[in-house]
Amino acid sequence: MKIENTWCPGCGNFGVLESMKRVIKELGQKNVVLVSDIGCNSKIVDYLDVSSLNSLHGRPIPTASGVKMANPKLKVIVFTGDGGSLNEGISHLIHAAKKNTDITVIMHNNRLFALTTGQYTAASPKGFKSKSTPYGSIEEPLNPLGLMKASKASFIGRTYSSKIDYTKDMIIEAVNHKGFSFVEILQPCPSFFDTFKFYNERVYEAPRNEKLINEWDYINESKIPLGVFYKEERPTYEDEI
Amino acid sequence: MEKDYSILVGGEAGQGSRKAGLIIAKIFNQMGYSVFIHEDYQSLIKGGHNFSQIRASQKECLTHRKTSDFILALDNKTVEKHKSFLNKGGVIISGEKSCEIVKELGGSRIMGNIAMIAIFSRMIGVDWKILLSVLKKEISRDIDKNIEIAKKAYNETEELFKIEKLKDAVNPLLIGNVAIALGAIDAGLDIYSAYPMTPATSILHYLAEKRKTITTQAENEISAIQSIIGSAYAGKRSMTGTSGGGFALMTEAISFAAIAEIPILVVNSQRAGPASGVPTYSAQADLLFTINSGHGDMTRFVASPGDANEAYGLSGTLLNLAWKYQTPAILLADKELSESTYEFYPKKIKKETELLWKKKRDYKRYEIVKNGISPLAYPGQAIVKSTSYEHNEFGYTVEDEQSIVAMQDKRLRKFKEMEKELDKIEAIKVYGNKKSDKAIVCWGSTKGAVKETAETLGLKVIQILFLQPFPVNQMKKALKGVNKLISVECNATGQLAVLLSQHGIKVDKQILKYDMRPFTPEDLELKLKKL
Repeated sequence: MKIENTWCPGCGNFGVLESMKRVIKELGQKNVVLVSDIGCNSKIVDYLDVSSLNSLHGRPIPTASGVKMANPKLKVIVFTGDGGSLNEGISHLIHAAKKNTDITVIMHNNRLFALTTGQYTAASPKGFKSKSTPYGSIEEPLNPLGLMKASKASFIGRTYSSKIDYTKDMIIEAVNHKGFSFVEILQPCPSFFDTFKFYNERVYEAPRNEKLINEWDYINESKIPLGVFYKEERPTYEDEI
Repeated sequence: MEKDYSILVGGEAGQGSRKAGLIIAKIFNQMGYSVFIHEDYQSLIKGGHNFSQIRASQKECLTHRKTSDFILALDNKTVEKHKSFLNKGGVIISGEKSCEIVKELGGSRIMGNIAMIAIFSRMIGVDWKILLSVLKKEISRDIDKNIEIAKKAYNETEELFKIEKLKDAVNPLLIGNVAIALGAIDAGLDIYSAYPMTPATSILHYLAEKRKTITTQAENEISAIQSIIGSAYAGKRSMTGTSGGGFALMTEAISFAAIAEIPILVVNSQRAGPASGVPTYSAQADLLFTINSGHGDMTRFVASPGDANEAYGLSGTLLNLAWKYQTPAILLADKELSESTYEFYPKKIKKETELLWKKKRDYKRYEIVKNGISPLAYPGQAIVKSTSYEHNEFGYTVEDEQSIVAMQDKRLRKFKEMEKELDKIEAIKVYGNKKSDKAIVCWGSTKGAVKETAETLGLKVIQILFLQPFPVNQMKKALKGVNKLISVECNATGQLAVLLSQHGIKVDKQILKYDMRPFTPEDLELKLKKL
């Protein structure tokens, strides 16, 4: 069914959508289930012809855990944002990583709430000016990859929405990983926080190295490594229950 | 004369008064008595004052009495607190003798409860063989030492009278929460996910131990309900359980299940609120909250059992109905029902198959059909798109007027079918003197005290099992010939009376109790006579 796309022109999400189309082509349509949050990122389930469950804000991770528990044959992919998983639903993100639930969490990080017209999130830089922080945010941003490492995620990666095939490959690697996989997608928001130029100048494809999780702390203006920084094999939650 | 015994066992938390209560109940059960145990305990682990009230009767009993024939006091506080509620001719067994025996035989302090049970058993003339068989089944540690202690205590006690054995064949005893778990299992429960909260926690404990379902403890109540929504979407029958505070956290997800048409069963076992309230005590103050849980235009099945057999039946029935109508269903229990021990002899429940997709044409999860119930398919079988957004037949998000109205109308037609379902099932029960023009209306565990009192006073009882959709037709029938209606509930604001008034039924008098202890027949008789 053809559904009208409602993202803003030039949105970073178009890149993710293109990557996902290629992912589904490779994985096949049948056993893929997408579980999404609320936010611009989560609209992606309407633009892909696969099974999906559009959950509530902050709650796609426990919903996806339930899907996987019910039918472990399904490949379960979560779409969430920094608002959904670092603000509203951060406890679920931490616990799913700790449990090593066998799902893939794709967190679109545009570093703000876009669909509610641009308020700051836990990923926004300090000093970020928005309607709810007109004089600048007074909080420092979280490093979601560092959070995931501390939470025992068994697969941690970062990619950039403009790198279509690179993102596709990383998502496939994450889905094929047995255990909890976390993929952060840096995603510019041309309407409220246009970071295309910022990322284009700084991102580079890096080899696997756990230390790179801390190279860019979301505050400094250093180079920004992309890649799968951490991967380990350990029994999944579904194996053990 | 009718045989009817009330025994209170009390002590500090950690002294084993609850276990002692259960063993005494099982002794009576073995001798063919109908048994009920009411548990009263505080929100603490050691110390304080806990007690169990055991009732053993020739007639079916679903409630305890206010007064006791025997008080088994593991500590002095039990004597002080309860001696004024001892019946004429009653006996207090205090702890000195049991302590002495335990010390003499080198047992540990907790074994005092076993000595006391043995003293009590001998006093009422229970055969040693019956006592021994129950002890062997119920004691898991240091069985030899416990039996040595019991034997000595038994032999050194004088028999007061010889209790009569009524029959051989007996029904099992269990708490309301186990009945809830068993009903759901028989209706095909696959997955249970919950976060601990008194008084629902023992459902989690029971299912985790039995391993008949996938049972998980989630990081919070929101995760628990979201997880079962995911499992149900993928085709597995799923349930969660909590109390008022946790249920409050779950209400957004109940709304999600309603619009996404995902079948879930939620147990809300009420305790004393508001907020943290009195956590280990009982109340019936979440009625209006539960039937209104979830935002938006929606409905749900809400049913409330009055004893363990109904808990089993309604739990299974609600799980079947949730799947038949693809809707949230809520079993509204209360602490008194969840944790009291009842005799269990239910009518067996069976899993009823849901309406499934016939695999013709493209699958439309929300196909617009006449009765509003679209066939189910699960991911892996077809493209199944479910969502918390308003949607079209395929499950894609919509915002245009026509599609919104079409889908809401589909759900409204389903709600009508849910109402019609209520004419097919037992949604209301009538007891007592059915010809009386005076009737008591009640719901939940209050049934026990109400039924017994009404039988004594010759009144009619109307028990409402389904609170939503409201069984209007059955209620009208039950009210025929009634010209005075009295509501009895354990809350401060008369919530059942409010619900009845919404359906045009006027309650003439209300009897409310909100000290967070359940009614006893004595309380109720007094209050009814004053009216």
